[in-house]
Amino acid sequence: MALFGTGAIKGLMVTLGYIRRKPFTTQYPEEKLEQSPRFRGNTFVWYEERCTGCATCAKGCPLGIIRIVTHPEPHSQVGSDYHVDVFDIDTGRCMFCALCVEVCPYDALHMGGDFEQASYGREEMVISVEDLKAMPKKPRTQFRPQMEMIGHTGDDELDEHEAGRWSL
Amino acid sequence: MNVIPDSGATNYDIEPVLLNLGPQHPSTHGVFRIRALLDGEEVVDVEPVFGYLHRGSSKLAEERSYTQVITLTDRLDYLSGMSNNLAYVRAVEALAHVDVPERAQYLRVMMAELMRIASHLMALGFLINDLGAWITPLMHMFREREKVLDLFEMVCGARITFSYMRIGGVSHDLPPGFDAALNAFLDDFAERVAEYEALLLENEILVSRMKGIAPLSGERAIECSVTGPNLRASGVNFDLRKQAPYEAYDRMNFDVPVTQNGDNWDRMWVRLQEMKESARMTRQCMAEMPDGPTRTPADFFIRPPVGEVYSAIEATKGELGFYLVSDGTIAPYRCGIRSPSFINLTVLRELCVGWKLADLIVNFGTLDINVGEVDR
Repeated sequence: MALFGTGAIKGLMVTLGYIRRKPFTTQYPEEKLEQSPRFRGNTFVWYEERCTGCATCAKGCPLGIIRIVTHPEPHSQVGSDYHVDVFDIDTGRCMFCALCVEVCPYDALHMGGDFEQASYGREEMVISVEDLKAMPKKPRTQFRPQMEMIGHTGDDELDEHEAGRWSL
Repeated sequence: MNVIPDSGATNYDIEPVLLNLGPQHPSTHGVFRIRALLDGEEVVDVEPVFGYLHRGSSKLAEERSYTQVITLTDRLDYLSGMSNNLAYVRAVEALAHVDVPERAQYLRVMMAELMRIASHLMALGFLINDLGAWITPLMHMFREREKVLDLFEMVCGARITFSYMRIGGVSHDLPPGFDAALNAFLDDFAERVAEYEALLLENEILVSRMKGIAPLSGERAIECSVTGPNLRASGVNFDLRKQAPYEAYDRMNFDVPVTQNGDNWDRMWVRLQEMKESARMTRQCMAEMPDGPTRTPADFFIRPPVGEVYSAIEATKGELGFYLVSDGTIAPYRCGIRSPSFINLTVLRELCVGWKLADLIVNFGTLDINVGEVDR
């Protein structure tokens, strides 16, 4: 048997070798890591022009936290075009599974990449339709292979024509 | 002579002491509580108390559609979400008779094996942390796990709660650039495992704390339904990947590490070796993966025919099985979960009784349970 302690010293040599290496940690608020294009952040990107108010996203949500209220446009045929009055996403309960994004048949709803959405109250975490309209249109490529094909990485803004599988 | 009555000052009535470990003790890996009866430093009896993390996953599953339940399975064993996804979607596919394309089978195997690496890294890291090697080895292992999670983020956009598997395949194909990232990780990982072995396997403190401590015989392990690395450390060569190959495992070249003693050391050693085999399998998956579709189209609100099914896979901690009953509607009538962590706890008492309190922490650590899966 080897001398007692040699194994521990061998382990310490591994630790010693790390003196010359750079630390792998990141000092978060000062420097940030890059997210991959498919990263599911805490925000959503919504294209009003693409949305028909069909509420498939609300049905697909496992928690039922999407609330949609619509009314038909006055001069259109009934059932063809709806105006979205309320589009509340309660991100305080959301688990960001992106099932709503997956089921959206018109590619109107996308995941966003922002993840710093801390707030002081739960009621502030509800994303309303005005918030959705004001958010920067930087969709992530989660469930959107057509964006990967054009080389979109989630950092640039896309308009409603580029975001969908087919043009409007 | 009169006998002076004994004052009792020298003869002690020895009473065992009841010690509560947890539910917020750092070494119990979550909100898990152990009531230990101690005679001095020796453990006389152990009673695990759980339920602090109960979320009612089985009941929640009954009011969600089959696809939506996938998001719940991420949270069972939150250190191995991919394996949980896989076990669940396999059960639904067996129930609804959905075929899986070959490329998706390879993708599933690859993700499950990467997940096994990440989960075993955490098991080893926290075990050594509990042994007193404060933080440094744990950080070495966290670093490699971060790289695995980065790969997962590339593929499915999340780091812990993946929801990657879908009924009939997987949700995404590999992103551009994944090949290079995976190869870079695997090349680096081989070096890192060699480093872990240099760091751990000859350390005298580790050897004396773990070798020969709390052995579990193979017969007893089978009687108690222990599965996974804990069973294989006791000399029973049982691995569902070999015994009942699912997905692409029948085409994989891998060895199942088995040791004979069943003590703490063997349970740790088996996990260390399994990570190497998983890395090997991941490389083989990447090399042999065929082109083609990654998903068979299945309804989002799928309605499987009336029936019941039990389907199990070799998850990171043992045999993870899902028992599903369908009544023909969009939600499962019953979703039972056979979680390996919970059933491996059966042997906790006999592993700990007779050993010291300090060994209790180590025995608990080598069992590698996850409280999210114990309580469900």
